[in-house]
Amino acid sequence: MKNKRASRLSDHARELGLLAFIVILALLFQIRNPKFLTLSNLKDLFTNTAILGVLSVGMMMVLLTGGIDLSIGATIAFSGMVTALTVSVNPSISPIVSLLQGMATGLIIGMIVGFLIAYCKILPIIASLGMMNIVRGLTYLVSKGKWVSAYQMSDGFKAISTGTTLGINNLVVIAIVIYLIFAYFINHTRTGRFIYAVGSSPETADIVGIPRKRILLLVYAAMGVLAGLAGVLWVSRYASAQGDTAQGYEMSVIAAVVLGGVSVSGGRGKVSGIILGTILFGMLNNALPLINVSPFWQQAIQGVVILMAVISNVLIKRNNDRMTLRKRVI
Amino acid sequence: MSERTIQTEKPWSWKNFFFQWEWFLIALLIGINIFNSFLTPYYFTADTFLSTPMNFLDKAFLVFPMMMIIVLGNIDVSVGSIIALSSVIMAVSYNAGLPMPAAMVLCLIVSTTCGLINGLLQAKFKELSSTIVTISTQIIYRGIAYIILEDKASGKFPSWFSFLGWGYVGNVPFITIVFVVFTIIFAILIHRTRFGRQLFAMGNNSTACRYSGIKTENMLVSVSTIMGFMAGITALFLTSRMGSTRPNVASGYELDVIAMVVLGGVSTAGGKGRITGPLLAIFIIGFLNYGLGLFNISAQVLLIILGVLLIVSVMLQNLRFDKRRQKSGVVSK
Amino acid sequence: MSEYILELDHISKSFPGVKALDDVHFKLEKGQIHALMGENGAGKSTFIKIITGVYQPDAGEIRINGKPTMIRNPIDSQKQGIAAIYQHVTCFPDLSVTENIFIGHETINRITRKIDWKTLNGKAGEWLEKLDADFYPQTIMGTLSVAQQQIVEIAKALSANARILIMDEPTAPLSKRETEDLYRTVENLRNHGVSIIFISHRLEDMYRLASSVTILRDGRYIGTWELDKISQDDIVKAMVGREITQFFPPRHAKIGGEVLRVEKLSRTGYFKDVSFTVNKGEIVGLTGLVGAGRTEVCEAIYGVNPPDEGSVYIEGKQVQNRHASKAIEEGIGYLPEDRLKQGLVLDWQLSRNITLASLRRFEKKGFMDDSKEREVTKTLGEKLEVKATSVYDKVATLSGGNQQKVIVAKLLTGDMKVIILDEPTKGVDVGAKTAIYKIMNDLAQEGYGILMVSSEMPEVLGMCDRVVVMREGRVSAVLDARKTSQQEILEASMVLYRGKQEDGQERKAQE
Repeated sequence: MKNKRASRLSDHARELGLLAFIVILALLFQIRNPKFLTLSNLKDLFTNTAILGVLSVGMMMVLLTGGIDLSIGATIAFSGMVTALTVSVNPSISPIVSLLQGMATGLIIGMIVGFLIAYCKILPIIASLGMMNIVRGLTYLVSKGKWVSAYQMSDGFKAISTGTTLGINNLVVIAIVIYLIFAYFINHTRTGRFIYAVGSSPETADIVGIPRKRILLLVYAAMGVLAGLAGVLWVSRYASAQGDTAQGYEMSVIAAVVLGGVSVSGGRGKVSGIILGTILFGMLNNALPLINVSPFWQQAIQGVVILMAVISNVLIKRNNDRMTLRKRVI
Repeated sequence: MSERTIQTEKPWSWKNFFFQWEWFLIALLIGINIFNSFLTPYYFTADTFLSTPMNFLDKAFLVFPMMMIIVLGNIDVSVGSIIALSSVIMAVSYNAGLPMPAAMVLCLIVSTTCGLINGLLQAKFKELSSTIVTISTQIIYRGIAYIILEDKASGKFPSWFSFLGWGYVGNVPFITIVFVVFTIIFAILIHRTRFGRQLFAMGNNSTACRYSGIKTENMLVSVSTIMGFMAGITALFLTSRMGSTRPNVASGYELDVIAMVVLGGVSTAGGKGRITGPLLAIFIIGFLNYGLGLFNISAQVLLIILGVLLIVSVMLQNLRFDKRRQKSGVVSK
Repeated sequence: MSEYILELDHISKSFPGVKALDDVHFKLEKGQIHALMGENGAGKSTFIKIITGVYQPDAGEIRINGKPTMIRNPIDSQKQGIAAIYQHVTCFPDLSVTENIFIGHETINRITRKIDWKTLNGKAGEWLEKLDADFYPQTIMGTLSVAQQQIVEIAKALSANARILIMDEPTAPLSKRETEDLYRTVENLRNHGVSIIFISHRLEDMYRLASSVTILRDGRYIGTWELDKISQDDIVKAMVGREITQFFPPRHAKIGGEVLRVEKLSRTGYFKDVSFTVNKGEIVGLTGLVGAGRTEVCEAIYGVNPPDEGSVYIEGKQVQNRHASKAIEEGIGYLPEDRLKQGLVLDWQLSRNITLASLRRFEKKGFMDDSKEREVTKTLGEKLEVKATSVYDKVATLSGGNQQKVIVAKLLTGDMKVIILDEPTKGVDVGAKTAIYKIMNDLAQEGYGILMVSSEMPEVLGMCDRVVVMREGRVSAVLDARKTSQQEILEASMVLYRGKQEDGQERKAQE
């Protein structure tokens, strides 16, 4: 039967390439510093990367629609601050409530961003840039410029990130659960596929009758929820909430997602890709200090990684187009 | 031959005259100043209006080139990073023994090169949006600044260097004079030259420009390069005012500058705008900031106000141009 | 039950100023492949849009299976089992074939809300197998060739239970082998009872596939014939047989020496080995069917899309135009095909549009010289009789013909030697057409060499001195306009059905 085509290796060329790169890099790191491939370091690596992973999911959806969201760093800070303040006033609050509170905060911000983009037709970069500043300003306002420090947080709150479930750190568990839900949603539900469709060809989406504006709103709202969740996790993990928490973190998320092969012009990208992209990114952050590269190199490396990834996507596409033209016989 | 003639006089209409965005901006500016005058006695003095702008004019140098970029329908979020990188390189090279004037030239060379790179990337990879290109270079430029200086500060400039940011010529601050000169240069460049004409044409219809023999790639590169050069000028004045520099200077400048341009009535869709708008917007936001300072309101509130201003003015612009478009019967895709 | 699945009777449709369809008849039998032919602008696309519900006819009746039916909108048409496949496929390039077929009406598991990929891929696979496709349901749409994408479109139509399939020039973008495959697919569909309306410019397609042909001309019904009872000659005659009614001004230009020579110009995927010349004071027509590569050749000469090989000479001197600015310097002016997108800044006033291509000439000491700009605009506008009240009029407010004059004026601000006009009269009314012809004549008389791309035969014959005909990316004939006929041009434009004895000759001629 024709329809039972086995998936071919070439379909996953990009992911396999990334995987190979990760393996080679890991080996190189291991040679330079034998501490790299130890259980405790790997545990560290995954725990530190979990938050990035959670955010990558949202950013992947945003990029799939051809948009961008620069406001997530601010959303992380704001939701983290709000929940931390609540906990500091009322230490008996259950961690679950804190998580929900963070997510709700993020949802509101995400929906505003989405509304501006989908219904007010403001360019994603302008809308999210504006919101980034509004939300960052609000963060300073609600905290009155002060920090919320470890001693003000309840043990239950801090345990969100330090505790374990089945022997695995909670952060990693949360990230895994989100990835499972997301992979199901984006690959196997109608709404998930509509997200791809909207980014792949907005005109065709309109012809086919896909509710484009609602999909956009949904995507930014989901990004907001995830950023809100990440805010709680972040504050719990680092046991401090500050006005400048996660400043510029949106760039790391974009870098990880683009590295995972998600196209910035929309429509293309896989869950497996962003998992690998996130891991590779987390690995760089984890291993560079281990092999004595100054942490100050990280930002420049991030930038170069994004630029190379988007340029290589363009070159691959150009080459494909040229091949198609050659095929035309005159 | 028919006797049809075509008029060359500009038609005048009161409605067009009053239906201009600038009137709104002027009203806003006056309103803010009246508000400020309640906060402090002796507000309406020449001194207030001569010295206050010193606090915000460094950013203002970026507004005109950013306007050119937005008129093209593009955006540049890397300016803050360019300022940081060129400022850091200037400080480090001076402290490494380079004479200060040479270090200042180096600062301009670095910033101009950064702008040139932005432009070349956009011209060579037209498939990429200016958003993603400048986001990546934003990270790279600031990243390099961090590599060079880590999280230290660098300064100890010669004392004459502070003249740029703090000096006066007669009663007038030096920075104000430089700003006036640049305003005149950009006003002419944007509204009175071939270059400016091509700029607006490209923002309206880049394809038609290509078919009319306009070198669109060169335009992209030139505009980005000018942006880079002006970022260098800003770096000089900013560093002079602060007396020292760090890799995190000027972060978030791009938002302020974009907000000023958009508040000034320049359409983010490209092709529309007048330099008078952003010029007024510089002073509106500048005096607003000053007033809030008098009122003891933190800089964080300004962040919020800026964000709101940016979003609201884009929304107003969208409404304005949508209506016009419907009127003139131009159907945009 | 009627023996006809679809009948259209006395269909008429007018648009402001144009009668697009005038008393047209059409009958489609079940399981028939029925060809629809006509020149560009004969009314074929309006006809399709009426069947697919995009337009409503002003008069006439549509019957489906003998029952009078109203088709009010595209959804009605879909419900009646009508589907159309266009030359340019609308799809989601990043999604799989299965998704492109079923998006919006996927099979979904009620409880888990999961898309039932297994069933969908299975169904898609069945369709692809029936259509003899050489790709899989999971293949990504964007990696397929145009021919394969057409197959997906067909599958999409069939999956929505289409019984009547309209195919609008499906073979135009295909290679010879792909065309053969498409023939087989279409025949296969017919054998399964699908009725097909097949629109094509290639007589080869007609003879190979269809059993009958209906010919339209100028929006009117010319007739329906069984294909084995009508010769190629007669089809071509039926398509062109109209009198030249438009007014073409008399030509007095003196033809001088060569101004433009094109030698062996090629661009991969678009055209190959194109050579011709244009002389001073001469109007040369460049014609052929839409998609033959005419516009691409002009854009290559003008430098906006430079050629890969070949050379261009201006007055005997070779020029390398890698960019339009260079071409303008060399004296080549181009009026683009799509005046709104490529020619004008709609939001701008008249004068600024006219000077856009030669801004350097309107500079004084580095500044724009506004008064010179206004004066030149006024002079040129009055010379070309642009109907505008002021140089400040926005071009968006002008009519199509006047917009075209504005672009001509734009060309005249430079020192041109050759002027290339790409479909200069497309979408302008009759009065403006005559005005544009007059302008062309005046220009030729002033000594410009003119190359005019046009799909309209009477225009080509009435205005040109020589005619270059292109077919599928190559020059198929260069004819003397005074001695040739519409029929000869059309034959040179179309891929004729090659009988056995002709076959070898034709091939040789092409190589």
